[in-house]
Amino acid sequence: MNPIESLIKDLADQHGRKRESLLPVMQGVVQQEKFLSEYSMVEIAREMDIPAAEVFGTATFYSFLETKPAGKYIIRVCRTITCAMKGKNQLLFAIQDMLKIKTGETTPDKRFTLLETNCLGWCHKAPAMLINDEVYTEVTPEKAREILTGYMKDI
Amino acid sequence: MTDYKIHLLICGGTGCKSSESDEIKKSLKYWIDEANLKEEAQVVLTGCFGFCEKGPIVKVLPDNTFYVEVKPSDAEEIVKEHLLKGRPVQRLLYKDPHTNQQISDSKGMDFYKKQMRIALRNCGFINPESIHEYISRDGYMALGKCLTELTPEETIKEVKDSGLRGRGGGGFPTGLKWEITRNSEADQKYVVCNADEGDPGAFMDRSILEGDPHSVIEAMAICGYCIGADKGLVYIRAEYPLAIERLTTALRHAREYGLLGNDILGTGFNFEIDIRLGAGAFVCGEETALIHSMEGLRGEPTFKPPFPSVAGYLGKPTNVNNVETFANIPVIINKGAAWFSEIGTEKSKGTKVFALAGKINNVGLIEVPMGTTLREVIYDIGGGIKDGKEFKSVQTGGPSGGCLTKDFLDTPIDYDNLLAAGSMMGSGGMIVMDEDDCMVSIAKFYLEFTLEESCGKCSPCRIGNKRLHEILEKITKGYGEEKDIERLKLLSNVIKDTSLCGLGQSSPNPVLSTIANFEDEYLAHVQEQRCPSGQCKALLKYEIIEDLCTGCTLCFRNCPVGAITGERRQPHYIDQSLCIKCGACYEKCKFNAIKLS
Repeated sequence: MNPIESLIKDLADQHGRKRESLLPVMQGVVQQEKFLSEYSMVEIAREMDIPAAEVFGTATFYSFLETKPAGKYIIRVCRTITCAMKGKNQLLFAIQDMLKIKTGETTPDKRFTLLETNCLGWCHKAPAMLINDEVYTEVTPEKAREILTGYMKDI
Repeated sequence: MTDYKIHLLICGGTGCKSSESDEIKKSLKYWIDEANLKEEAQVVLTGCFGFCEKGPIVKVLPDNTFYVEVKPSDAEEIVKEHLLKGRPVQRLLYKDPHTNQQISDSKGMDFYKKQMRIALRNCGFINPESIHEYISRDGYMALGKCLTELTPEETIKEVKDSGLRGRGGGGFPTGLKWEITRNSEADQKYVVCNADEGDPGAFMDRSILEGDPHSVIEAMAICGYCIGADKGLVYIRAEYPLAIERLTTALRHAREYGLLGNDILGTGFNFEIDIRLGAGAFVCGEETALIHSMEGLRGEPTFKPPFPSVAGYLGKPTNVNNVETFANIPVIINKGAAWFSEIGTEKSKGTKVFALAGKINNVGLIEVPMGTTLREVIYDIGGGIKDGKEFKSVQTGGPSGGCLTKDFLDTPIDYDNLLAAGSMMGSGGMIVMDEDDCMVSIAKFYLEFTLEESCGKCSPCRIGNKRLHEILEKITKGYGEEKDIERLKLLSNVIKDTSLCGLGQSSPNPVLSTIANFEDEYLAHVQEQRCPSGQCKALLKYEIIEDLCTGCTLCFRNCPVGAITGERRQPHYIDQSLCIKCGACYEKCKFNAIKLS
């Protein structure tokens, strides 16, 4: 059994094999693998006895279930109105410039993926961004560079 | 347990946490140990105080001294001066922006004076990771009272009599919903807490879950008792990691103390709560979509009826309430429906939490009685508009709501008045805009949000909003015509009438309400190709003021498209047909010789 197969089997054992367990299982795979490959989706379908098309349909509906390869650190910059009012674009430019990628892309070394997301609920501390599970608020371009430098050192 | 005389409360909400509240705690502890006050003073990390503008905040009890913008290096002074010598550290006190007076007691601050905290009662007072502190503030007393003294019917009657209406936006009477779910016959029922807060500008549910998770757990158990359910589910968005962590801890503690699980308080009542994580889909805040998402399907809404109260999660009767609604329940049970229904207006009882954001001085979370006017919220509590600018509009209800102009400043806020004014309560986000904000762009912005978040199931919302967005894009680019305003209105009304779910039906509201209230701005865009607030870049014109131009050629050298011409030491000119409005010349000019019009 390869690692993805056993991961999916463990997750299905833990959450159950009913349809309502599909999201928790997919979230478990994303947490480990950072994204859902076609292979993992087919494996999930097999393990849980759900049509593969339905697994794909559900996965692609949710923006937090990546179906494209993503980096170790997923940066999600809030693009909502209050963050836009407080300089979200400058923040985005700074990150793009530093990582040399555009929004939606992953760095060649597979460390960082840059995405935009809808409201993170930090409107009073705008602009905000999320790196994996860590929230950063009132992020100026300088602060962003500092934060990313920290992540770059961490191997 | 040691009986501490002094309590230092530090805000541990994510906002303050990101500004080093952990460091402050460590530092305070260190100096307290140094000063030998270990037995007397206690440092507690609490939930959000709401006054995020001036965070991190440290509050000293019992004298209620309120320190703002505290840094770890201030800890020494606070301990040595305040705790040892009894002299509050003046420089860290909050200064009233109007009178410039320092206010040491938070009760004297305008920000807190007009507020009344029911749903947020514990946020900022207790350590959210300690069940003891929740219990010490009457926590789980309401659950005990329901299970031992009241029948489910009596409890539902209490909730009904209180007049509490759903705080997620719809405003459906909570007690009635509980009654309908109770009366639906089934072998299994569910209680669901909707914590999929996604409205731009709203963050009250996050703060309640981060600051007082037990209040939601307690209320869900009460709801389960009333409707006859033994299973609860919290659907929370994955964007809120700290709230998820605090809720998980709280659930574990509640289980350990027998407040969840089998035979709660020896009454034979069983109740268990599970967490379900959202995966980044705004539409899942709609209750049918939320239920489908929990069932492992795409989060698409379905037609109502049947309402979830009759056939919800896995086809069983399901009672879905919002976080803030639940947070009100224990207080209603403890203090009684009569007490609660005294507060507020005739048809909207109790208080409402609002999230202030945008161009306002005091951003953060506030809670006021229903019927408070917008003026009180924005000027007295919110401290007015940033940089002394003029108030233009406030957007309530997020992408489903509308904007309210200064004509509505004295309207008492409640569900019905906001609807009548062309907006809605929504979840309670308030985004304040000043004279510099272009209302056409704001409407466009909200549509971008809806476009992104529309599930795509029905065409009015999927295609109609796209077309609306295109028309707005055209207007902000300067290609609009007068007919476009009529087109916007017509299409908006079609989308409203023909969409299936609340998201689609309300998605054109920002467009309609900005047209209704700021038609002159739309007209300026389409008739004169002018943006009155100077926000629409494509409509801006950069011009060189001849008298101020020294002919230094700096702008000429920096223009990326060669649109600037002129001789050295002679005034320069911008060729408008070539200008791409990048603003490079404007930024580089040292003589303020370039103006925007």
